[in-house]
Amino acid sequence: MGKTLAEKIWSEHVVSSTAGEPDLLYIDLHLIHEVTSPQAFDGLRLANRKVRRPDLTIATEDHNVPTLNIDKPIADPVSKLQVDTLRKNCVEFGVRLHSLGDVDQGIVHVVGPQLGITQPGMTIVCGDSHTSTHGAFGALAFGIGTSEVEHVLATQTLPLLRPKTMAINVEGSLKAGVTSKDIILAVIAKIGTGGGQGYILEYRGSAIRELSMEARMTICNMSIEAGARAGLIAPDQTTFDYVKGKPHAPTGAEWDLAVAYWKTLTTDSDAKFDKEVNLNADELAPFVTWGTNPGQGLPLSASVPNPSDFGNAEDRGAAERALEYMDLKPGTPLKSIKVDTVFLGSCTNGRIEDLRSAASIIKGKKIASSLRLLVVPGSARVRLQAESEGLDKVFLDAGAEWRSAGCSMCLGMNPDQLKPGERAASTSNRNFEGRQGKGGRTHLVSPLVAAATALKGTLASPADL
Amino acid sequence: MEKFIKHSGSALPLRRSNVDTDQIIPAVYLKRITKSGFEDGLFAAWRNDPSFVLNQPQFKNATILVAGPDFGTGSSREHAVWALQNYGFKVVLSSRFADIFRGNSQKMGLLTVILTQDEIENIWQTIEKSADTQITVDLESKTVSYEGKTLTFTIDDYTRWRLMEGLDDIGLTFTKIDEVSKFEEKRASFKPKTLPIL
Repeated sequence: MGKTLAEKIWSEHVVSSTAGEPDLLYIDLHLIHEVTSPQAFDGLRLANRKVRRPDLTIATEDHNVPTLNIDKPIADPVSKLQVDTLRKNCVEFGVRLHSLGDVDQGIVHVVGPQLGITQPGMTIVCGDSHTSTHGAFGALAFGIGTSEVEHVLATQTLPLLRPKTMAINVEGSLKAGVTSKDIILAVIAKIGTGGGQGYILEYRGSAIRELSMEARMTICNMSIEAGARAGLIAPDQTTFDYVKGKPHAPTGAEWDLAVAYWKTLTTDSDAKFDKEVNLNADELAPFVTWGTNPGQGLPLSASVPNPSDFGNAEDRGAAERALEYMDLKPGTPLKSIKVDTVFLGSCTNGRIEDLRSAASIIKGKKIASSLRLLVVPGSARVRLQAESEGLDKVFLDAGAEWRSAGCSMCLGMNPDQLKPGERAASTSNRNFEGRQGKGGRTHLVSPLVAAATALKGTLASPADL
Repeated sequence: MEKFIKHSGSALPLRRSNVDTDQIIPAVYLKRITKSGFEDGLFAAWRNDPSFVLNQPQFKNATILVAGPDFGTGSSREHAVWALQNYGFKVVLSSRFADIFRGNSQKMGLLTVILTQDEIENIWQTIEKSADTQITVDLESKTVSYEGKTLTFTIDDYTRWRLMEGLDDIGLTFTKIDEVSKFEEKRASFKPKTLPIL
């Protein structure tokens, strides 16, 4: 029997395998940031260990950095200490670091692909659950905890039990105004936040093949919101074209060798997945979440559900709690919900295509006077690219704030936070209670819906303008 | 890591599903650079509510957390495990755990035990009636027992052995480091490196 793509990449990275034990897996690339690494470096120091492969390791500052006045010292002393600690650790252990102000600084999952160090067939880890983003290249990429960060720093390997595999088949074509964000929100609503636990997801089908690399990254990024540590897409010409010419992409004869190998990275026609889920892209519409987990989503044209409509007691209880936290009444049309803040950014939707698509809706118009629109490019290079295309002016002329790169309001570790009771339409990945600021309420949306909502003041798609 | 063989203690009922790691420890607490002192941030937003179960005096000394399904979803932050341990929890019982949270727990010696939702419901009802019910979690026999009832659970043999011996994963991997070196010799030349900077 043939192998799935995930099984192929897995077996090519097994260093050692013993019956009844986890496989010891080699890690091709380790991405580091300031929040989940300090305790790992401390562990190395305590045990008198070094970083085994600094040349397969790279760090950036993203989670808690400010997006304003980045040329000044970080104002919050606790954030500053954490960033300074990363800087000291990188010097001491010889790890490449892109600091605030550096042209290659940005959200770790935006930086990897733009440097060309994210390539098909690799194993990639980072102390961040959205590492699944890199799966868009046909890499096996997943988030790890700090103990595992220390393990990879010390040994460049991880002991892991092999997950099962699940195919997410998306056939058909997306209608205009429907994006890859809507695909993944629909997938999570369908299988639930625990549906992918224990699985690696492979997104397949004609609708996936038609997507750009950046749109594919949006889908793989949110695999973890369906409970799966990793999600991937087989590499194809779209992938090769995207990688080609990036700073760390192979060149010359090495490029040909690489592409020949990458072309083998598909699921064999006779391979069997442990589970398959089917979705019809033709039927998808812009999606929005109404609750406090990413599985609580519906098409924008729907209304807030009634908890009593949920058959299962767990889902009913969760819906009741969510509506109370979100201050929403059953039956309210989602399009009538008023929003205070629109956040455009994050490792899910902070890339140049995301900014372009939002700008195309906003160009020449003004945002609703009742709200603020925060635009935070995913990396310093995305910001520069957007400025060279005049997108910063589009946003500023509309009344938006144009910021420097970082995770920003996606998780509200820096000063970019919602106030208690404030409601946001956000292109990020998590609508958990308090995620974007204590007491803040989040509706997850695509960049197109974010832009239309910013103009209208209520949740809206471009077709509603 | 401390060995885990058997633990007895009282338990706290957390009747919520989908408790994500942002609820276990909000991001504002993640700026610390140590592994200790996170108990203040445990369930921080919910602790403002005096009726929240962690604020109820009868559950003050609980060392076993009995949680709803899909516990530990979301962010990979190991701080969630540290916060539970810093607070004094030794075991979490649930019908479903998120993968990364469970992996992190097993690295740190916080035992995560999977029971059925019916079993969780019965334990909830028991401890809500009498908070000082002693629950014994025995990793050797893979059982959870209370009030004369004994429930069994499964866990892979390797993780169980490692937890019972209190073994550090990195030390175990270093016993195979020659195999890692051999593997590295065979790696394809076109695979990218982060250094030198190009």
